[in-house]
Amino acid sequence: MATETLAHEHHAPAISPARRFAMNRMGLWLFILSDAFFFAGIFVSRFYLWGATRPHLDQVLGMTVTIVLLVSSYFMYRAEMAIRHDDRGDYLRSILITILLGVAFMGGVVGFEWRTSPVNLRTEGEFAVYGAILFFMTGMHAFHVLTGVILLAILAYRGYKGHFSSRNYWAVQAGAIYWHFVDVVWVFFYPALYLMGTAVGPTH
Amino acid sequence: MPTWLRIVLGFLIGAVLGAAVFVGVRAVGGLPPLADDLRPLYAMAVFSGLVGLMLGIDRQLGLPRGLVGMATGFVVGILATVGIRSLMGLTPWDTESVWVVASFVAPIGFLLGVGALSDWLRWIVGIHTPDQHGPPPGKPGWFRYFGFDQNHKVIGIQYTVTGILLMGIAGTLAMIFRTELLAPGMQFLKPDTFNTFISMHGIVMIASILLGVGGMANYLVPLMLGANDMAFPRLNGFAFWITVPSAILIIMAIFFGGWDTGWTGYAPLSVRTFMGVNFFMIGMFFFGFSSILGSANLIVTTLKMRAPGMTLFRMPIFVWAVLATSFIQLTATQFIGLSFLMVVLERNLGMGFFNTALGGDPLLFQHLFWFYSHPAVYIFILPGLGIVSELLPVFSRKPLFGYRWIALSSMAIALLGFMVWAHHMFTAGIPNALRLPFMYTTMLVAVPTGVKFFSWLGTVWRGKLFFPTPMLFVLASIAVFLIGGLTGPPLATVPTDLHLHDSYFVVGHFHATMFGGFVFPFFAALYYWFPKITGRMYNERLGQIHFALQTTGFYIMSLTMARTGLLGMRRRIADYDPAMNIQNLHIIMTLAGFAIFIGVLIGVYNLVVSARRGEVAVMNPWGSRSPEWQIPSPVPEHNYEEPFEVVGNPYDYGLPGTAYVRMNGHEKTTAPAALPAH
Ligand code: HEM
Ligand SMILES: [Cu+2]
Repeated sequence: MATETLAHEHHAPAISPARRFAMNRMGLWLFILSDAFFFAGIFVSRFYLWGATRPHLDQVLGMTVTIVLLVSSYFMYRAEMAIRHDDRGDYLRSILITILLGVAFMGGVVGFEWRTSPVNLRTEGEFAVYGAILFFMTGMHAFHVLTGVILLAILAYRGYKGHFSSRNYWAVQAGAIYWHFVDVVWVFFYPALYLMGTAVGPTH
Repeated sequence: MPTWLRIVLGFLIGAVLGAAVFVGVRAVGGLPPLADDLRPLYAMAVFSGLVGLMLGIDRQLGLPRGLVGMATGFVVGILATVGIRSLMGLTPWDTESVWVVASFVAPIGFLLGVGALSDWLRWIVGIHTPDQHGPPPGKPGWFRYFGFDQNHKVIGIQYTVTGILLMGIAGTLAMIFRTELLAPGMQFLKPDTFNTFISMHGIVMIASILLGVGGMANYLVPLMLGANDMAFPRLNGFAFWITVPSAILIIMAIFFGGWDTGWTGYAPLSVRTFMGVNFFMIGMFFFGFSSILGSANLIVTTLKMRAPGMTLFRMPIFVWAVLATSFIQLTATQFIGLSFLMVVLERNLGMGFFNTALGGDPLLFQHLFWFYSHPAVYIFILPGLGIVSELLPVFSRKPLFGYRWIALSSMAIALLGFMVWAHHMFTAGIPNALRLPFMYTTMLVAVPTGVKFFSWLGTVWRGKLFFPTPMLFVLASIAVFLIGGLTGPPLATVPTDLHLHDSYFVVGHFHATMFGGFVFPFFAALYYWFPKITGRMYNERLGQIHFALQTTGFYIMSLTMARTGLLGMRRRIADYDPAMNIQNLHIIMTLAGFAIFIGVLIGVYNLVVSARRGEVAVMNPWGSRSPEWQIPSPVPEHNYEEPFEVVGNPYDYGLPGTAYVRMNGHEKTTAPAALPAH
């Protein structure tokens, strides 16, 4: 991803840290714009194939994982603010909570929803595509959560080593932006999967 | 040990190891060690022999290390899949799923091996790594071209050379199946092989075009902007090197039965055809990373690293074109990745996205695919059209006519390009309510394209034209792109398209657009910047022969294609009915195709030989105002010693006393062109 550190330039005129920071930010946002198109494509496919219907899914589970993910975004924000105020203890606490919530989210989706949903990859006949889209949407999203968790684990490790401070927090900010982005994607996916349209097909 | 011995030993050891791995993998799969068809074994042995040979030359070389990494990635992927499958209680070996998983792992192995990830992995644990400058210590100058390097000029050349190599492979395939088409009935190809070849020709050419575009953009954009390098040099190297395993994956499809869907990979056929289609789709999936990351890099470079005084409307027109292209690549590429990923998932996990029996819909594939692939055609042509606009004023000694309009027309084309995709689906059974709007939006694209033609005419009008090889290619680009543009509207009009769709007319159309929009400008750019890149002049006479063969050959070929299509020849079909009376046309097309092929070979020969033996070039042979021509050739490692300042408009040729840049305290007024001696 677009995270070049401040280069140790030998011959070439150096790029100032402020400029480098602005470039990194722009690179990251472009990457996110691009990734947003990927999710948009999946989103559109859902409406193309399901139209105004949806499968019967466990509403409590859907609501729970959504809340878990949203709360994780709060702790990510808290972690970023903590490091910007040089509060390393709070940074580590918050980022660990974020990671735990991210793992809980994945557990809810992959561990519970995938096992218990009435449609899955073995569903046959015309409702098979409900399982396919459900698994594809949640799978691709969970994959991004997983990469996010790995990124956050690296950030936690480096924060623990004391690599970040109020003067050097770009990596944390980048991780936070990515994490929020993945959350926002879910804010679109959750209603598309659980709320919109009439429920059809097999039930629990 | 003398080098030659190391090379020979390297080859032998590599070949033996390769064969052993091949047999070993088959054994893991519970297959007999040798199949009836020994060709894959030989291919593997030769291939790994070559890797060994390269390692014999220098063990530090990035390319063979990457290839070893890729092979390791395959083995790891295969073993992991077999392991997981046995844990899950499935039959351990399933050829398709084993290779699919391995194909996702292999590119990562390549990147690790070639060293594209080394710095980032260090950053993860908080180790800072300095930027790399010049070839690694103690290594010769050529060394860096075969490994991971951060310099945008090296990467630009890596892109370009890889692109030309792929163009050669895809062109050879075309010559083979064009020869097959010389007569009705099947001569020497099996129908499946024919299908694989046309599919492979298409997609490898597209990969080659994307690489050529990347090459021009990487080499030129930082130079034109006055930057010392791209915004993210490591990301830049990564974006190039990921294309190599991707291309290898695509070509590997041949050893797995190939595939017969054409480059478009339409479901449901792609879900049912041979397993080679997986390699094509996964290869393109990874290729997409290059497009996305490379274009993000170009956008940041363009928006953040311009020389002082270079406002957006003082940027070279080529940079505008690349900017527009990059926005398409950044966003639309996700859709082709998505559509191909869904096909691979449907094949391997039975997810019925495109299967009506399972509630899916094959048209969804076409929507997703064309939402990328129509904008993609503008990725192919916008940089090329940018080259045309860039060079015409130089060779006409006149300002570019309507600079602002040209700059904005690229943006307009990029934007409109997102609104026309369904014109590829007029016959696919989409609702009439969709056909009409898409017909009109498609016609609308002709407006910004027309703006470009007007500007080109206005630029050459009453200019002081001179005609070295690059100018010949620029003029040919315009003439050839015109055929492409004129054959477009009949395809965009629903009633005529019902007849023309999937015929050779379409083949004629898009070859004209791609040759006019990419191939001709690409060669124009190669000849034009050749003295800048190598410090030497190409051979003018050979350049003219290349031009003559390629232009006449191409004109004849594409017009004949269009004609044959009107007479009822379907595209992508290995055979035709003798009663159709089109054999003569097929013969003409094949001969013209060979003329183009030979022309390109001569061109490549010219460039390769002149790079070592050409006359030493003067600093600014074309009398260009552009900053890269005001510094020595070949360009120094860090481009500009002192940042230059932009003080005027880029294309005010023929206006005395005007300058575009001020460098080292001097305003660089337009220098006269020093015509190359014959
Ligand atoms: C005046 C502008 C253009 C118009 C109106 C136009 C229109 C069309 C239409 C309607 C088709 C679909 C034909 C069919 O399959 O029945 C088509 C096919 C195609 N066009 Fe264009 N086009 C234009 C410019 C371009 C350019 C600039 C390129 C790219 C370099 C391009 C590349 C292609 C390709 C690759 C196909 C065939 C796709 C396939 O494999 O099915 N076109 N064009
Ligand atoms: Cu199109």
